[in-house]
Amino acid sequence: MGNLIFLGLVFVIMCSALWVVVSPNLVHSAVSLLVTLFGIAGLYVFLYADFLAATQVVIYVGGILVLIIFGVMLTNKIDKPVIESNSSNKIIGLFVSSFIFSMLSIVILQTNWNLTSGTQGESTVEQIGYLILGKYLLPFELISVLLLASLAGSALLARKKVHE
Amino acid sequence: MEFNIILALSFLYIPIFLFLYQLFFGHILKHNTWWISIAGIGINLAISLSLFYQTFLFTPDDKIISGRFNWLSTGNFNLDLGLLIDNMAAFMLLVVSLVSFLVHLYSSEYMKGDSRFSRYYAFLGLFTFSMNGIVLADSITMIYIFWELVGLSSYLIIGFWFEKNSAAMASKKAFLTNRVGDIGMFIGIMMIYFVGDTHSFNLDEIIEKVKMGGIDTTYLSIAGVLIFMGAVGKSAQLPLHIWLPDAMEGPTPASAMIHAATMVAAGVYMALRIFPILTFEALTVIAFIGASTAIFAAIIAITQNDIKKVLAYSTVSQLGYMVLAIGVGSYLAAFFHLVTHAMFKACLFMASGSVIHSMHHSLHELHDHDTDPQDMRNMGGLKNKMPITYAAMLITTLAIAGVPFFSGFVSKDAILAGTLAHYFEHGGYTVFLPLAGFGAAAITAFYMFRLIFLTFHGKPANEKIYEHIHESPSAMTIPLIVLSTLSFSLFYTGSINPLADGSYGWFAKSIGIGHNYVIEVGDHHNHQSHKDSDSHTISDKSHHNDEHHDEKSHYNEKNSHGNHGFTEHVSHAAHAAHYTAMYLSLFVASLGILFSFIVYFLRKVDAEKLYRFFNIFKLYNLSKNKFYVDEIYSNILYKPFMFWSKTASKIDWDFYDQKGIDSLGKITLFVSDRTTKVDYDWLDQIVVDGFGKIANFMSLKFKNIQGGIVQSYILGGLVALILIILFVQQI
Amino acid sequence: MNSLQIYLLLSSFLFSLGIYAIISRQNAVAILMGIELILNSANINFIAFNRFTSNLNALDGHLFAMFVIVLAAAEAAVALAIIINLFKNIGTVNVDQASELKG
Repeated sequence: MGNLIFLGLVFVIMCSALWVVVSPNLVHSAVSLLVTLFGIAGLYVFLYADFLAATQVVIYVGGILVLIIFGVMLTNKIDKPVIESNSSNKIIGLFVSSFIFSMLSIVILQTNWNLTSGTQGESTVEQIGYLILGKYLLPFELISVLLLASLAGSALLARKKVHE
Repeated sequence: MEFNIILALSFLYIPIFLFLYQLFFGHILKHNTWWISIAGIGINLAISLSLFYQTFLFTPDDKIISGRFNWLSTGNFNLDLGLLIDNMAAFMLLVVSLVSFLVHLYSSEYMKGDSRFSRYYAFLGLFTFSMNGIVLADSITMIYIFWELVGLSSYLIIGFWFEKNSAAMASKKAFLTNRVGDIGMFIGIMMIYFVGDTHSFNLDEIIEKVKMGGIDTTYLSIAGVLIFMGAVGKSAQLPLHIWLPDAMEGPTPASAMIHAATMVAAGVYMALRIFPILTFEALTVIAFIGASTAIFAAIIAITQNDIKKVLAYSTVSQLGYMVLAIGVGSYLAAFFHLVTHAMFKACLFMASGSVIHSMHHSLHELHDHDTDPQDMRNMGGLKNKMPITYAAMLITTLAIAGVPFFSGFVSKDAILAGTLAHYFEHGGYTVFLPLAGFGAAAITAFYMFRLIFLTFHGKPANEKIYEHIHESPSAMTIPLIVLSTLSFSLFYTGSINPLADGSYGWFAKSIGIGHNYVIEVGDHHNHQSHKDSDSHTISDKSHHNDEHHDEKSHYNEKNSHGNHGFTEHVSHAAHAAHYTAMYLSLFVASLGILFSFIVYFLRKVDAEKLYRFFNIFKLYNLSKNKFYVDEIYSNILYKPFMFWSKTASKIDWDFYDQKGIDSLGKITLFVSDRTTKVDYDWLDQIVVDGFGKIANFMSLKFKNIQGGIVQSYILGGLVALILIILFVQQI
Repeated sequence: MNSLQIYLLLSSFLFSLGIYAIISRQNAVAILMGIELILNSANINFIAFNRFTSNLNALDGHLFAMFVIVLAAAEAAVALAIIINLFKNIGTVNVDQASELKG
């Protein structure tokens, strides 16, 4: 039963990701991305990453995707019912991406993975908390500085020009 | 340095000082500047007089004063300069100084008012310096050096009034003709040094070497004749006499000094100095040149109308006499005639200058600038108006004509005796020598008296001119008086006897009869085989007529020793022929005077008819036109030379320069033009710019890679990654 | 094929799709979506490896994934600021038209 849902989830992710990339309609792409992100969050649950799944939904879907949709809306002249988004260099792109995929898959399939058994664990939040303020304290602080910088930077970048 | 040497050198440094002074400071005293010159020459005259007195104490071979220093010495080549005053040099110095002194005095009046007065005296000083140098020289190169200087002085003097074209051309002619002679002289000098291997230019050392028989006689003959060429040029002998008549363009007193008395005598003096080394062949050549000159010039002088030209040709003729004397071996006679000729010819010139001076003044007062003051046909009857001039001229004319009582008779007689003796000895073609000698004597008498009669006797040609004639001032007449006094024979022979033989006086004793170290008298007798019998009879005759027994045995002794006896032999032969010569010369002289008297004084025979008579054989024309010598030279020498010179110039300029060199230039320009084209149009435009164009083209093509689209860059990177993976990692 | 490989295959699929989107999409926002896909595929990798090859107490993979998410957020914000500027300057977000820097 679980496997089935799992496979179904994988299938959904794959299709929606495909639709993100191929769709001529920009809003369709954005919505497909939404579905993909949700799917990935579900996948995290299957991988016993509960905290991360929540984080994914909150930040990625609720923040980033919304931002993307803002971007879509703000940067296109909405004079037509369909916002178009074309592709160029399709053939080369296809070739390159398929080549990369095939190479990666060859590597994945031919490697002898040393697996340990994955057991169901308790909630990961506690452990993550320990790690944040323990082992990964410095990256944590740095990330906050980075966020501050990007905040200020993007605010500065996107503001209206002040005419003197 | 000894006092003697300093004294002797005064003959050099006083005149050269005068030259420099007159040249640079002559303008200070203006027309009185001649006082300085004459003072200097006066000092020289005094010293030469003192030397002259000393000659009585010396024999002909002694050296009164001599000195030498080595001027240049490189390895084998030695050049010495030195001075030698022996009796002959002392006499010559006296002659030069005396004539120079008198000319300085005379010129003060003659050249008065001339704008270049001081320059004239400078040239006179230079000339005196050079002439003294020749006289004092003891090496043949030193003679040559001063020889050239004398030529230069002559050039400067003749061309003194260089505004006149004729004067400028005459001075050029004089210098160049001299140079032609000097070429021969130089070759002769060098032959003696190098071929003769004497390693010395000094006369005494050369003579030593010849005495020892060290020089091959063929070369010696050639060298002797060549050195004599210098005398031919300087003393106006036959082929190179052309300059002397033209040299009359110079001022008359300078002509008197240079072209009558001293410079032209330098040739004879030099020949006397090298007399000891002249071979018999050389002497023969010299004799014939002299004889031909004498008769040739005399014939020309008959028909000349310009008073100075008559005297010029007369000078050439008399120089011929001197050279003839050397040629027959009469060393003493030649020098004797040189001295006496200096005296009377200088006087003749100065007298004619006095006449010309008066004529000038007279014509000037008449404002007549067309009549020639020197033409004798404009003169006549001047003897009453110019008595002193007339007296001086008459005395000296008698001297030159060879009338007894006068010096000319003695010296000319000695020469003619020598020629007769030479003919008696050798016979055959040498008959030309006495013929020429006596003939010239007759003609000399004729034309000199013609000059006297035309100028001073008869009716004046132009009464108006005659009115203004007056005697010249004393500055001009004093030299005339002095020189004419010295033309009497008693000064030279030491005896009142007018017919005395000049070979016995103090003059002869001081000068001696010279030496010749080349000609061997003994061989010479054998040489003339076909004349053996004659010479034998002649020597018998000479034995018979000989008045001086003591020298006879001496002569016989010396003869057996070979070549010591030539000059004694000659002098003895001349003594023998003396009376014959004397009678003959008296005869021809009186013939000439008589003929001239008839034609020009008594006017019994019309001169015009006489000219036409002689012109039957075109003789008159020949004489009047100087035997067309100048024209012949012009056609044979000058015109072809100018033609070839022009041709050479044409070849060089029109052909070689314009076509040859310019075409090189044109080729260079052409090649340069092509190179420019290759370099600019081809190399620059195509090759160098081509690289630029290729780069441009490639960049045009390659720049499209960067499209500005970022995605394509990423694509490119990924493709490269794939390629790397494919080909490098070999998956 | 074990579970891990499935996850890895999936993530590589997402990755290549993201590459394709970056290469071929003309709209700048679409390219941004492709970038998000790539980041997500990296996240899946981290978590998958953490689940299958390390024990329960070592949750480093989770932490890395979290950092990635944070960075993705920051980067998306900045990217959108840039895109807005681009839109202001040339009036469109078609990256094919943003080619003034061509050679």
